[in-house]
Amino acid sequence: MRHLLSINDLTPESAREFLTTAAELERVSEGQMKKLPTLRGRTVVNLFFEDSTRTRISFESAAKRLSADVINFSAKGSSVSKGESLKDTAQTLQAMGADGVIIRHSASGAAQKLADSGWISASVINAGDGTHEHPTQALLDAFTIAQEFDRDSFDLSGLTIAIVGDILHSRVARSNVLLLKKLGASIILVAPPTLLPVAVDGWGVRVEFDLDEVIEICDVVMTLRIQHERMADSYFPSLAEYSRGYGLDDARLARMKAGAAILHPGPMNRGVEISSSAADSPRSLVLQQVRNGVFVRMAVLYHLLGGAHETHQISHSRIGEKS
Amino acid sequence: MTQARPHLLIKGAAIVGEGRQDLRITDGRISEMGNFQPNGNETVIEADGLVLLPAFVDLHTHVREPGREDAETIETASRAAVIGGYSAISPMANTHPVADTAGVVEQVYRLGQQTGRVDLFPIGAVTKDLMGEQLSEMSAMAESEARVRIFSDDGKCVFDPLVMRRALEYVKTFDGVIAQHAQEPRLTQGAQMNEGSVSAELGLTGWPAIAEESIIARDILLAEHVGSRLHICHLTTAGGVELVRWAKSRGVRVTAEVTPHHLLLTDEMARGYDAVYKVNPPLRSHADVLALRAGLIDGTIDIVATDHAPHPGEDKDCEWQSAAFGMLGLETALGVVVQALTESGSRIDWKLIADRMAIAPARIAGYAEHGQSITVGSSANLVLVDPMSSRTVNRESMASMSKNTPYDGMTLPTRITHTIYGGVVVMESGVAL
Repeated sequence: MRHLLSINDLTPESAREFLTTAAELERVSEGQMKKLPTLRGRTVVNLFFEDSTRTRISFESAAKRLSADVINFSAKGSSVSKGESLKDTAQTLQAMGADGVIIRHSASGAAQKLADSGWISASVINAGDGTHEHPTQALLDAFTIAQEFDRDSFDLSGLTIAIVGDILHSRVARSNVLLLKKLGASIILVAPPTLLPVAVDGWGVRVEFDLDEVIEICDVVMTLRIQHERMADSYFPSLAEYSRGYGLDDARLARMKAGAAILHPGPMNRGVEISSSAADSPRSLVLQQVRNGVFVRMAVLYHLLGGAHETHQISHSRIGEKS
Repeated sequence: MTQARPHLLIKGAAIVGEGRQDLRITDGRISEMGNFQPNGNETVIEADGLVLLPAFVDLHTHVREPGREDAETIETASRAAVIGGYSAISPMANTHPVADTAGVVEQVYRLGQQTGRVDLFPIGAVTKDLMGEQLSEMSAMAESEARVRIFSDDGKCVFDPLVMRRALEYVKTFDGVIAQHAQEPRLTQGAQMNEGSVSAELGLTGWPAIAEESIIARDILLAEHVGSRLHICHLTTAGGVELVRWAKSRGVRVTAEVTPHHLLLTDEMARGYDAVYKVNPPLRSHADVLALRAGLIDGTIDIVATDHAPHPGEDKDCEWQSAAFGMLGLETALGVVVQALTESGSRIDWKLIADRMAIAPARIAGYAEHGQSITVGSSANLVLVDPMSSRTVNRESMASMSKNTPYDGMTLPTRITHTIYGGVVVMESGVAL
């Protein structure tokens, strides 16, 4: 496997393999080896066309713990109106000899375009493309859920997981639906009809408009960040009304079943999609998600970049050859 | 024509409804039909096994000149046109400057005449600068040398219902027709592709079928109310076909076109995010494709129109949402239409092809010298097709200046061997002369 662009790139087996590697990397990190030599001499570029400090430092930390050289390339602010900058930037990175490119972009499909275009020979990792996918977020969520429910073999069957909020615009939701289903979980999407994609009935999930209807049966409630500008586009009348209907507030927190967990991809709007007491409650795995994100991203880098070291050296010895 | 036109003898072509006949062409017209030996004074085209049709007429062409000569010029569009078997094309008004004055349409018309290959009959803008607010000087364009009869803000919908009503009424004085790009703008804000299961999965903003159908329904009612002629550009949805069928059953003066690509391709092509498949209106579902084919066959949809839309590489080789809408159409139209209509295993209906691609478009637009039936006295705007051959599309060898064909690498049925314009061979064996 060369790229990770979508959860569709993974079989249940390969997803479990990635997660198992993440668990091993976590064990190693807890010991004395804080840093592994696996990617020494390899160059990983964080190519971020959109701001996301959390995701960027998580990838940066993961790459550094594997001894890779990391270049942060923030392309935000440069003109992408004609799309020139993606191609030009990619060719620049290619000329610099990047081995892996982690791309965050506001356009759905940008990661796949980068991987398929022939502009670049590096491995491409999708760190969020528009409203399409965010596969490493789904992997870290699955890892966190498996850890919480002691599913050492990453089989999530029997667990009911609600994803609540702006499903229509959420790359986190798309990747999670694909991955958590692959791992055996039952999914409930909870959102007002305006924030659900038109063809969601074909996704193989339960769809609910009423959070109170399902709050008591969920093992995991994953709330999504709601963006204020959706209000102006008439997706819902006000943040207060959205919060009343779909916020994980104190009353709903109290109704969650014993042992049920709360996830949020961050950053949180406290008081809107999640109350402060829910965010800070023992049920909340938000900080576990952040911690696990590094191990999962290490595992992804390890699988995509780790095995190809020798061929990489050979290709660099062919001076003058164009790729 | 500046030079004397040579006489032509087309030997042995199959003429729809007439069987195999020889055909003499003199001074740009069909002078004799029957069974002849060459008289030594004429160029002979051996047409055994070929089908002879009236040359095609396109009512929806983006030639990009003036303003975007990096994408296409009138010269390159004329080459693409004759390779596709067209003797008349209709440049859309969305150039820079917009074709909203007599001056612009006359210039485009004259530049077309200078190519000597094909007639360019410009389409005028309905509103000034395509802004949808104030009517353009449609009478002046109609009375100009370009004799404009079709008006369209194509690329944009004439959305304001009052402006649309006035436009429909206004063009009655010269029997004009308003060609509507039916797209409800509010329902398609930021739209990138057909709204459906594929857009939901790909995370691309949807362009719902109802955004097309709601405008078609409104305009049918307006056209009926004021008794005017309405033409629906690039129909793409099953619901749109139903609406036009209903309108025709009520006697509303509505005509409709479908593009070759909407007859063949579906929104599944968007997987992979290759922007060569990004087009407006978007590629729809398989069910829509089937409804469009049925509509074209039963006559609900009157014509095929290419919506030929050249774009330079940088406008397509980028992220999907940054890419321009549109695809090439002129050179591949016949092969795509034949492919679409014979996919179910049926035989090629040449009478239908001649009607939908030549006769009916010329009638709608009033292009008197084009799309005539093949009889003595008709103007010699003709095309010869090898029905048993095929053509493999290669984006690198298109006559168009741009390369944004979605059919690259596909082998399409039939091959156009000759295009004859005004009695002169302007394309032979895939080469524009």
